[in-house]
Amino acid sequence: MTSASDHPPSTPVGPGSLARQVTWQTVRERLIRYVLFGCAALSVVTTLAIILVLLSEAVYGLPPHKAFFQQVSLREFLTETRWTPEFEGAGQQHYGILPLALGTLQITVLSGLVGLPIGLLAAIYLSEYAAPRTRAILKPVLELLAGVPTIVYGYFALKFITPYVLQPFFQDLLGFGVDTFNALSGGIVVGIMIMPMVCSLSEDVLRAVPQSLREAGYALGSTRFDVSARIVVPSALSGILASFILALSRGIGETMAVAIASGQQAQLTLNPLSQIQTMTAYIVNVMKGDIPPGSTLETSIYAVALVLFAITLTLNIISQMILRRFREVYQ
Amino acid sequence: MTGTPEHYSERLASRHRLGLIFEWACRLAAWGSVLILAVLLIALTARAWNWLDWQFLTSPNDYDATRAGILGGFWGSFWLIGLTGLMTVPVGVGAAVYLEEYAKPNWLTRQIQLNIANLAGVPSVVYGILGYTVFIRFFGLLDRPQTYELDLGFGAVRFNLPLGTVVMSGALTLSLLSLPVVIIASQEALRAVPASLRHASLALGATKWQTIRYQILPAALPGILTGVILSLSRALGETAPLAVLGAASHVDFVPGRIQGIGDLLSHPDKLLQAPFDGFTAIPLQIYTWVNDNSRDLRDYVSAAGIAVLLAVLIAMNGVAIYLRQRFQQKIRW
Repeated sequence: MTSASDHPPSTPVGPGSLARQVTWQTVRERLIRYVLFGCAALSVVTTLAIILVLLSEAVYGLPPHKAFFQQVSLREFLTETRWTPEFEGAGQQHYGILPLALGTLQITVLSGLVGLPIGLLAAIYLSEYAAPRTRAILKPVLELLAGVPTIVYGYFALKFITPYVLQPFFQDLLGFGVDTFNALSGGIVVGIMIMPMVCSLSEDVLRAVPQSLREAGYALGSTRFDVSARIVVPSALSGILASFILALSRGIGETMAVAIASGQQAQLTLNPLSQIQTMTAYIVNVMKGDIPPGSTLETSIYAVALVLFAITLTLNIISQMILRRFREVYQ
Repeated sequence: MTGTPEHYSERLASRHRLGLIFEWACRLAAWGSVLILAVLLIALTARAWNWLDWQFLTSPNDYDATRAGILGGFWGSFWLIGLTGLMTVPVGVGAAVYLEEYAKPNWLTRQIQLNIANLAGVPSVVYGILGYTVFIRFFGLLDRPQTYELDLGFGAVRFNLPLGTVVMSGALTLSLLSLPVVIIASQEALRAVPASLRHASLALGATKWQTIRYQILPAALPGILTGVILSLSRALGETAPLAVLGAASHVDFVPGRIQGIGDLLSHPDKLLQAPFDGFTAIPLQIYTWVNDNSRDLRDYVSAAGIAVLLAVLIAMNGVAIYLRQRFQQKIRW
């Protein structure tokens, strides 16, 4: 946009005229522009600050201070199978990210199994089947469900899902041991959390599919299922994929629900009924206590946060790329 | 494949069956969310019922479950969200105005826009680490906190640098966290203002800023306000960044140690001191209780805390929905 003052009048104006003068108003206009640009630039500063903080504590610290990877080798970080920075006593600490990564992976997979299909089906219902009045009821409920704080989901998983759903079913009925803190309960509630997000993002792309495509399908004798599942969903596939990735990235970064429901013990396990620790839960658990400044315990949280930041950022960028590159443009 | 009528009607019947199953699966998934919300609310209310009384609402935290209350957490959250709002709204709306009204569609603008979208996806715990490093540890540059005093005539503000675990640190962290969401919501509201309004204002000789200040912002205000309230209600429920700041310890007072209105009248400077006092917040208080050794605190008092948190959130969402409905009817382009 160009403002009115950017266009000089077509007739030449003498040097004494108003248009060429630097008045208080033109100065003010310019100042406001700079201030507003500063506001927008603050977001870039925030990103740079996050990267600087994480790198300076995890990768390279200024000389007297030692960053995490100046104390622990990258090789140990990636291949060691124990994560015990909180242990006291010389030689007791091991710094292998694998147990934490596996814990996070478990939560992500479980939440994806719960949240993605339900979210997509609900989105198809809202966009293809539901009457406007039904939509008017369901949309606010989904918004409300998305607005429930994660700590509430954590409490719900720990106090209701584990004792009243998982333990009666898996332990009493099938005979598997279920820990008080377990990955499954955390995964289920994170799935419930990401479901509204999948639903609303997917619904947007489903509704963006032009009506003519549906009408063409019906004209060829398709049933409603054929139109929804074979025409509308495939047309919106890239957008749906992007929403899935975004939701999984949210699940990976989810903290309180898993910190409360899934435990605080970093274990290399694939059993969803046993206690685990995710990367996010580790960070909160360490920061809850007193940590000696400059210790490896302190820098270890930055290393974990760096991994977390890198993973979620990559997923977000991929999701945006899919949306940009594969967006179907309908005329 | 044969094309006889019998085959056709057979296949059609099975196609309709499949369609019906699919429709019910979709319907179940959508209504399941209502069911989950209902179960969640009923189960939590049932747990909280006997513990949610006047004593709980008016007492600070206590190690004894029968005397523990949410007062400290409530006022802590009040100060946190109030300060967060004061900081994010001008900056967030300013950034949105710049991006929508001033920025040319060039490389730099695209990068800023992309960066805001990415920031909105950064896990909240990472913001907590940023806040801890910058506001509490100050990058480890200072050995011990320095105390500064700012005299404002009717009272002085004392604060430390680095700030330490005070309300202001929490509010700054939550501001950074909610800024991208506020920017995105405000941009959407600004985009909904029709171009004819801009053109008319500019045609009448208004400057760009006059157009924004007197035409565009008032028209976009309901949308902006709705987005702001929703993102603040999101910030209200955030626990992880505050827990990372280290504010989870036992706090049994209200920020500024304000005991009541009478107290404020005799000591107005307590209002200034509150942002630089230690704090707890409703979600943080719940987290402390869930981890407590006492079973009553762990199972019931925490449920009562959750009930208060949800009540405040629903009230905020209600205000947002009311604003949206009301102004949507009033403004017709």
